[in-house]
Formats: sequence, structure tokens, C-alpha cells
Amino acid sequence: MIEFRNVSKSYDDGTLAVSDLSLIAASHEITVLVGSSGCGKTTLLRMVNRLVTPTSGQVLIDDVDVADRNPVELRRSIGYVMQNSGLLPHRTTVDNIATVPVLQGTPAREARQRAVDLMETVGLDPSMARRYPWQLSGGQQQRVGVARGLAADPNILLMDEPFGAVDPIVRADLQRELLRIQGELGKTILFVTHDIAEAITLGDKIVIVATGGRIAQQGTPEEIMADPADDFVTSFLGLDEARALHVSGRLVVDPTGRPVGRLA
Amino acid sequence: MNFLVAAWEWLADPVNASGPSGWGARTVEHLWYTALATVIACLIGIPLGYAVGHSHRFRTFIVSSTGAARALPTLGVVTLFGLLLGIGLEAPMLAFVLLALPSVLAGAYAGVEGAPRDAVDAARAMGMTEWQILFRVEAPLGMPLLLGGIRSATLQVLATATLAAYVGAGGLGRFLFLGLKTQNYAMMLASSLVVVGLAIAVDLAFEIVDRLVRRSFPTGVGAAV
Ligand SMILES: Nc1ncnc2c1ncn2[C@@H]1O[C@H](COP(=O)(O)OP(=O)(O)O)[C@@H](O)[C@H]1O
Ligand SMILES: [Mg+2]
Repeated sequence: MIEFRNVSKSYDDGTLAVSDLSLIAASHEITVLVGSSGCGKTTLLRMVNRLVTPTSGQVLIDDVDVADRNPVELRRSIGYVMQNSGLLPHRTTVDNIATVPVLQGTPAREARQRAVDLMETVGLDPSMARRYPWQLSGGQQQRVGVARGLAADPNILLMDEPFGAVDPIVRADLQRELLRIQGELGKTILFVTHDIAEAITLGDKIVIVATGGRIAQQGTPEEIMADPADDFVTSFLGLDEARALHVSGRLVVDPTGRPVGRLA
Repeated sequence: MNFLVAAWEWLADPVNASGPSGWGARTVEHLWYTALATVIACLIGIPLGYAVGHSHRFRTFIVSSTGAARALPTLGVVTLFGLLLGIGLEAPMLAFVLLALPSVLAGAYAGVEGAPRDAVDAARAMGMTEWQILFRVEAPLGMPLLLGGIRSATLQVLATATLAAYVGAGGLGRFLFLGLKTQNYAMMLASSLVVVGLAIAVDLAFEIVDRLVRRSFPTGVGAAV
């Protein structure tokens, strides 16, 4: 369980990124933080592994304040997946995946073997093992990023817009795989996105963050869709009148009559 | 053409080539000065450049001081140190280190500072210590730039090491200054040609090392896990 207790963050230049936010992310669930760019999602995520120190308030993992933990050990115990994969350009796929286990002292051979197993888990062909990041497609790089996040078998996985830079088809694929993996592994996942559709697809619980790091609403996708708390949420969900959808024959159309979908 | 022939004959004459003050021995001496100055510059410049590149602090200090050091006229520095330290190797060696330092420092600094931010950030997020980030991520990724800095430092010192003879030390400069004094232009030209040949050979050696580094690590880096 990850708990944010009255956390605020103002950066040195005075930017107030998060203000007095409290939140609980339950164990073995995917909690999605969703909000527009610059609303403080990354800041929140990075408080969990101490890449960002809150100006006030606490972040607790299973009731232990992360501020009391050694940052290096803490980070090794938490998986981290970021948007542009952040792969080490001078290391092959297996060596990238094996990074944390090797840091923890796992013999290189063993760590590489496990890395190859993980490649299968995330749907990467074993022939990619010896490739360098720049020899992989964007989608493949993200798979390597996910495998790397899982390599040390962490309880917690932090994912910062991990599928934000790939095309919609690959993104849907990656989302499906993540749900499958989560079904097997049951990690505690904190997932950041600006895409409400992605949040609804992945989230056991969704937290809508408004500018300034304030929670606009939280709940299950069903709760939020059924009962948006205010105009901001309504508009963020795309449920406002201006975007209300209608059925026209077998097509679903927007208010201007443009088709946006089809009934099954 | 006459001068070239004369220079060639001077080089070919065993009397000029062999012995402790022949051009063979002077060449070895010249290379030794070059290597010593470059190594000392590396011992100072690499740690300093890495520290600044990793911490992203004191950057303007480095940039302005290397700029200033580059503007120093080496002959003036040799003379100044010669007056202070007397005849011998110390004065020119100090000047050569000063000459080599900016390039090494800039190479070390730029390589580490230029490592992709995403990769460094990910390394930190995965729980690498600052030392591990420096030596396992930034330094390997900065290797080509560092190598480039050492390369130009070496070549600069190699060309300038002739000035050692100006304050009584050895190296190929001996023949230049002797030839100047005795109007032996064949000797001057011959020793200049040796310096040029050395520079080409050393540059070629660096080129090979550079290619090896880039080939074994396709992103141009030095170390695996
Ligand atoms: N290191 C920093 N220094 C100053 N301001 C920052 C820093 N990081 C983020 N910010 C600012 O804090 C706000 C929240 O940023 P961030 O957490 O990255 O938002 P998000 O991930 O939701 O896009 C933004 O206004 C951003 O410009
Ligand atoms: Mg962000």
C-alpha cells in the first residue's frame, strides 16, 4: 500500500506542483493518476522512490515513511518505467533488463538468464536479446522498459506515461499485455497517463488530478463515469454537452455528425 | 627540393641518427615528454571534468578557465616558468600540461555532461549510486568525447614539445634550435619532418583506438555490465 499524506511540492523556482494531496493506492491494484500535462503527476510518482522530496507531508509504503529509508535501496526495490524507455544506450536488451539484479549482486549469468525469461513475459522475441536500444522499435523499447522494471521482482511498479510515445495500435497491445502480466503477478502499480481512455482501460482505481496537484475525483472507472464530481471532471472525461455522442443508425456520431465509432 | 634532399640525407646519416643525442634517441625523448604531459593532464583533467560534468556545477568556471588557458602563448609560459624554475624539464613540462589540460578537461566534461538525461535519470531511478551513475553510465557514454579531447591534447603537446629544448631540455626541438643557431637548415627541416611524421602516426593510432571503441560498443562506449 502506498499512502500520500498531505504532500505538497513547490520547486525552487516557486512552481507549486502538488498542494496538500492525500491518496492511498491499494496493494495489488493498478491506481492510475490521470490529468493534463504539467498537473504534477510525475512529481507525485517520483516522491514514492525519493527522486523528488516533498516540501511537506509524507509518502508511506506499508506504513513506513520513505524518508526513513535509504534512497538507493528503496529505488532498487521499486520498479520504474518511464516514457522514453530510459534504456541505457550502451547496453544490450538483456543487460538493460538485468541492471537492477546485477546492482543487487546477482551473478551476471543468472541475471541474464532471468532477463531472457522476462523478455518472453513481456512478449519480446529472444532474438532481440543482443540488440542495442537504438536497434529496437519504440514499442519494443517500451517492452524492454517494462521487463527491466519487473526484473528485481519488486512489489511496487511506478509507470510514468510508459506507452505515451507509441502509436495507438501498439499502445493497445501494450495495455493488454500489462493487464495480462498484472493478472499473473498482482503488483502494486502506480500508473501515470494524460489519456483518460488509457486510465479507464487499465485502472482498478482512477485518480483525476487537476492543475496544481489537486485531486479532482477518485474512484473506480465506473464510479467516475457514472457520477463526475464537477464540470472539470465532466469535461476531462469528454462527457460535456459539446462532445455528447448520439447513435445514428449503426454509427455513433459526435454533435457535428462526424462518426466516431460503430455499435457492435 | 634541395632542402628536402639535404634533410633526407641528414636523417639517413647514421652519425645523426644514432647515439644518445641522435635523432632516434631524441624522438623517443620527444614522445616521452608528450606522453608524460598528456598523462599528467589526464590525471588532473579527467577527475575534474567528471566532477563538473556529473554535478552540473561550476560549469562556467570550467568553460572560462579552459578558454583562458587556451589563450596562453606557450612559448611565453615556457619562458616564464624557465625563469622561475631554471633550466631543465620542469618548466616546459608544466607548460605542456597547461597546454594539454583544456582539451582533456573539455572532453571529460562534455562527455559526461552530454550523456542522455533520460538514461541518467533512469539509472538513478533504478537505484544506482552517484558513483555507479558516473562510472557505469556517464563515463562509458562520454568515452568518444573524452578520447577526442585526449587526442587533440596529445597532438598539441607533440607539436609544441620542441620548445622543451628552448630551456635546455631534450626532444626533437634540440635540432631546431641548434639548426637555427648554426644556420643548418637541413637539420631544422629534418627534425620538423620527424615531428610531422610523429603527429601523423599518433593521430592514426588514436583513429584506430577510436574505431575499436566504437565498433565493440555500437553507441561508441567503453564498458558493459
Ligand atoms: N525540477 C523542476 N523544477 C521546477 N519546476 C518543475 C520541475 N519539475 C516539474 N516542474 C513543474 O511542476 C509542474 C508539475 O510537473 P510534472 O510533475 O512533471 O507534471 P506532469 O507529469 O503532470 O506533466 C509543472 O508546472 C512543471 O513545470
Ligand atoms: Mg509527467
